[in-house]
Amino acid sequence: MIALWFSQHRQALNQVVSRLWRNRLATLMMLGVMGTALSLPALLYVMVDNLNRFAGGIQSEPQISLFLALDAKPDAIKALDERLHQQPGIRSYRFVPRDEAWQNLRQNSGLGDITGGLEQNPLPDAYVILPASGTPEAVEQMQREMQQWPGVAHAQLDAAWVKRLYSLVELGKKAVAVLAGLLGFALLAIIGNTIRLQILTQRDEIEVSALIGATGRFIRRPFLYAGGLYGFGGGLAAWLLLWGVVGLFNLSIADLARLYASDFRLQLPGWQAALLLVGGAVGLGWLGAWWSASRALSGIDPL
Amino acid sequence: MIKFDQVGKLYPGGFEALKKVSFEIAKGELVFITGHSGAGKSTLLKLVAALERPTAGTVLIGNQNVSKLRPAAIPYLRCKFGMVFQDHKLLYDRNVYDNVALPLSINGIVGQEAGKRIRAALDKVGLLPKEKAMPVTLSGGEQQRLAIARAVVSRPAILVADEPTGNLDETYAAEIMSLFLAFHQVGVTIFIATHDTQAATASGGRVLHLDHGVLQ
Repeated sequence: MIALWFSQHRQALNQVVSRLWRNRLATLMMLGVMGTALSLPALLYVMVDNLNRFAGGIQSEPQISLFLALDAKPDAIKALDERLHQQPGIRSYRFVPRDEAWQNLRQNSGLGDITGGLEQNPLPDAYVILPASGTPEAVEQMQREMQQWPGVAHAQLDAAWVKRLYSLVELGKKAVAVLAGLLGFALLAIIGNTIRLQILTQRDEIEVSALIGATGRFIRRPFLYAGGLYGFGGGLAAWLLLWGVVGLFNLSIADLARLYASDFRLQLPGWQAALLLVGGAVGLGWLGAWWSASRALSGIDPL
Repeated sequence: MIKFDQVGKLYPGGFEALKKVSFEIAKGELVFITGHSGAGKSTLLKLVAALERPTAGTVLIGNQNVSKLRPAAIPYLRCKFGMVFQDHKLLYDRNVYDNVALPLSINGIVGQEAGKRIRAALDKVGLLPKEKAMPVTLSGGEQQRLAIARAVVSRPAILVADEPTGNLDETYAAEIMSLFLAFHQVGVTIFIATHDTQAATASGGRVLHLDHGVLQ
């Protein structure tokens, strides 16, 4: 019984593979179309994924600068220091005396000429705080709290743009989902239609097979295999396209990144994503074929 | 083996092809069904081979009531029959050998075992030298013999043929008929629809006569 089952499946698979091979050109075109359709959401996913990684890389960077009042007394500074020491959620903090800041500014910023014209140091004492938690919401919350502290003239969060980046990534993720859904449906329709045409050209064979005792499953099997194989080939083609496009982009990104002294590169998602892409394509192909075959075959059996 | 009890077939549109037909065929019997064209012979054969369901009465095939079978069970019933159709229903996109291979592949028989059976069947109908030929290159008689080879290759217990000699001249027709008789002699139940009453009577089988859907 199991041997029969295997033999029937092998037979169907052989039949399909030889048929696809006989129409190599058409098969290749088909795989090209499906690969292109699938590679679009995959490419967008790579972009969003890398943007996310990029945002993750600078996620620990957001820092809060506490500028004290210009006339802050040493007592007030000491009290603030105590408070920062006890405050949870802070990774590290550093006191920047106004003189040090003034020196830094004059030496490093290239504004030496301008600062030279100033008679006295306009900078206040400051604390630079690195929060421990990286989520933008938590950091923002901390910044708002510190703004209320006595002795603090201004609490500045220099990471608002990280939040914007995060929202952008969220939007990108949604776009990937929508695009994948739409193109997945297109794939279903393409494969379904291809299988339908194949069924039409093999109508005689199907009819005769049904008359001499072929089960619906037997008749449907080669078409399901064809759909699955189309999906498999389409998924692989999409991955190859993705690989090529990312490689091409990286050529330019490498140049650009070097200018910013960064070694940032677009990264392909891991093998899990590849498996998901190909597996999803196989599933869609199978489903499209099943849908199409069931519809077409219901009109053929004389009973 | 096959039992019809008050069987009627009403086609959509109101055409009543069969009216209260009752008969029984025993195992190993040779039965002819005759009648003018449109008398309901083809309909009767389709009911016998479970290609259609009756609209009245019961059709029992090997004690199974065809009307009560699930659609999914019908193919297994059809596998028990060797069918020879009036229009051959050969597949013209493949050669003689592959045409005969079809019923075997449906039953999961492939490879050497299939090859042996296919050549045996082709040998029986005298088409072995033409196994690589395409069906269009065969004469009408040869096509009919190919159809018979395909019907017998899975060694069915019952052989059902619809006008197997309909479009053939006398020599070919006699050839085909003697083929069926040869199968009958090795124990196969044979059920043939034909308008050739003379040949039917001459063969020594039982003859059922249909007239406007009524069994005489």
